[in-house]
Amino acid sequence: MLRARNVWWILALGALVLFPLIETNPTYTTIGVFALIFMGCATSWNMFSGYSGYINLGSAVSYGVGAYTLTLLADHLHVPGNGDLFWLIPVGGLAAMIVAVPVGLVALRVRRHTFVVITIAIFFVFQLSAINFSFTGGTSGLQLPLIPWLETNYNKPFYYAALAITVFAALLSAAVRRSRFGLQLLAIRDDEDRAAGLGVKVFAVKLAGFTMSAFAVGMGGALYAVFLGQIYPQFVFDPIFDISIALMAIFGGLGTLTGPLLGALVLESMQQYLTIRFSNGSLYLIIFGSLFLVIVLFMPQGIVVYLSDWRSRRAAQRVEGARVVVGEAS
Amino acid sequence: MNGTAVLHSIIDGVLTGSVYALMATGLTLIFGVMNIINVAQGIFVILGAYLSYALSVHLGIDLFVGLAITIPTLFVVGIVVERVFLSRIKGPERVVMSILVTYAISLVIEGVLNMVFSVNYVELHAWYVNRSVRVFGFYLPYIYLLGFALAVVLLGALYVMLYRTRFGSSVRASLADQTSAALVGINVRRVSTVCFGLGVAVTAAGGMIYGATNAFNASSSYDLISRLLVIIVLGGMGSIGGALIAGIMMITIEDLVAVVWGPVWSNLAFFLILVVVLSLRPQGLFGKPSVRVA
Repeated sequence: MLRARNVWWILALGALVLFPLIETNPTYTTIGVFALIFMGCATSWNMFSGYSGYINLGSAVSYGVGAYTLTLLADHLHVPGNGDLFWLIPVGGLAAMIVAVPVGLVALRVRRHTFVVITIAIFFVFQLSAINFSFTGGTSGLQLPLIPWLETNYNKPFYYAALAITVFAALLSAAVRRSRFGLQLLAIRDDEDRAAGLGVKVFAVKLAGFTMSAFAVGMGGALYAVFLGQIYPQFVFDPIFDISIALMAIFGGLGTLTGPLLGALVLESMQQYLTIRFSNGSLYLIIFGSLFLVIVLFMPQGIVVYLSDWRSRRAAQRVEGARVVVGEAS
Repeated sequence: MNGTAVLHSIIDGVLTGSVYALMATGLTLIFGVMNIINVAQGIFVILGAYLSYALSVHLGIDLFVGLAITIPTLFVVGIVVERVFLSRIKGPERVVMSILVTYAISLVIEGVLNMVFSVNYVELHAWYVNRSVRVFGFYLPYIYLLGFALAVVLLGALYVMLYRTRFGSSVRASLADQTSAALVGINVRRVSTVCFGLGVAVTAAGGMIYGATNAFNASSSYDLISRLLVIIVLGGMGSIGGALIAGIMMITIEDLVAVVWGPVWSNLAFFLILVVVLSLRPQGLFGKPSVRVA
C-alpha cells in the first residue's frame, strides 16, 4: 500500500532527480551539488551521532580521508580524467571507514562531553598531518586530472553521484533506525549504563555505528575532490565542516531521518547563496552566526520536531473543540 | 641540538605555558560549575588582545595599565553572554547545545573583529616586547617574564578568591554538586553567572600576552581554542589544578619537540599526547572517573 508518507518521499526524490534537467544555470546546479553532498554527509553523521547522542565534531576526518584517498589513488593508478574517477569514490568511503576504527577505539573510551572534545583534537591531528607530511603535498595541496567535459553539462554527473550518495545514506540510516542495532544505539543515547546493564555491548555497538557513519562522509569527501579537481588540507580537513554538519542535523532535528536532509538542504543552499551574494566574508560570518544562534536557542529540537509538535498541538485543539461541541449537545 | 638549548626551551615552555594555564583555568572553571564547554574562549582571548591593541595604538595606554580596562570589560561581556544566551540552554543535551551556542557567538565576534580590524595580522608593541634580559646565561624576553608574573598574580588572586572567601566556598560547592549546593541555600544561578564572567575575564590578560608574543588576527582563535580544549581535557575536565599542570606541561613539551625534532612536529605532538594519555587514562590526568553522566 502506498501511504501518504511514502508519496512525499517519492515526490521529493522526483524533484531532486528533475532539478538539473530544468535548471541549467551552472551557478544553481553547483549549489545543488554542494547541498546534496552535505545532505548525504549530515544523514550519515546523524546515523551515529544523532541516534547515540555521541556528538562527533571531527567528521571532517572522514571527509578529508575520503578526498585524499581518491586523489592519491588517481595519481598512483594514473586514472585518466574522465568518468573512471567516479569508481574510486566508494574506495574513498572504505578508507574513511578503515581510519574510523582506530579513531573510534580511542575516542569512544570516554563519555559524551569528553568525546566531543577528543574528536576535535583528533581532527587537528589529521589536519596537521596533512599539512606536514610530504605525500599529501603539504599546504600546496594535490591536483586531480582535468575532466574535459563541456561546461554546460559539467555539473550533471556530479549532481547525480551526490544524489546517489544521499539516497544510499538515507536508506542505510532508515534501515539502521528500524533494526535491533538502531534500537541499541538509541538505548545508549537514553541511558548508557542501563543499556549496558540490560546486555547491550555498548562499546562494540558504538564502534560499529561510528565506523558505518564514516562511509558516506568519506564518499562525500571523495566526490568533493573530483568536483573541485584539487584539494588543500585546510579545505578538506575544515573545522567549519565539523560544525556545519552537526548544525545541519540539529537544525533539522537530531536523531530524525528527515531532519538532517532538510537541515542540510536549507542551510547549505543558503550558505552557498550567501557566499555568492556577500563576497564580504565577515558579513557572511555575522549573518550565519546570528542565524545559528536563533536556531539553537529557539528551536533546539530542530524544525522537523518543531513542526510536528505544532501540528499535533493544532490537532489537539481541534479534538478539544469537538469535545466542547459534544458536551454542549448532550 | 645541545643540553643548553633543551634547558632553554623548557624555561620558555614553563613561562609561556603559565599564560595558557591561566586561560585554561577560566575554561575549566566554567565547565566545572556550569557544565558548559565555552568554545568562544578562543575568540574572547583574541578580543582581549584587540582591545589591548586599540588602547595602545589609539590612546597610547601601556599594555599592562590597559588591563585595568580590558579585564573588567571582558568580565561584563561574559556576564552579558551568560545572561542573554547561555542561561536559556536547558535540557539533557546541555553540553552539546552550549558548544553550538558559544561557537555561534564566536563566529559573530570573529565577523565583527574582521570588519573592525581587517584580517591583516597585527602585533602588540611596547618597550618590553622585543627586549631580553640575561638570566643565568639564558636570554629571556621581558614579555615572557612579565607574562609569567601576571599569570602567577592572577592565578594567586583566583586561588584566594576560591579558597579564602565565602563566594569561593559557594563556587567550590557548585563545582562538587549543584543540587546539594542549591539545597544548602547557595544561589547557583548567580554563582554560575559570576563564574562565567570570571572565566572570560582572565582571557583579557591571556590575550594581551598572546598578542605581545604572537602576530594574530581573528582566526587565530581556532588555534587557541583547540589548544585550550586539549589542556582542560588532559587535566581532567573541571579540575583547576589539572588545567594548571596540563597547561604548563603541554606547552613545555611542545617547545621541547620544536627544538628536538623541528617546529612542524610540535603541533602534532601536542594533539598526539592527548590521544595517548586518554587511551591510558580516559578521565584525564586529574579528573574523577565518570560514572553515570546523563
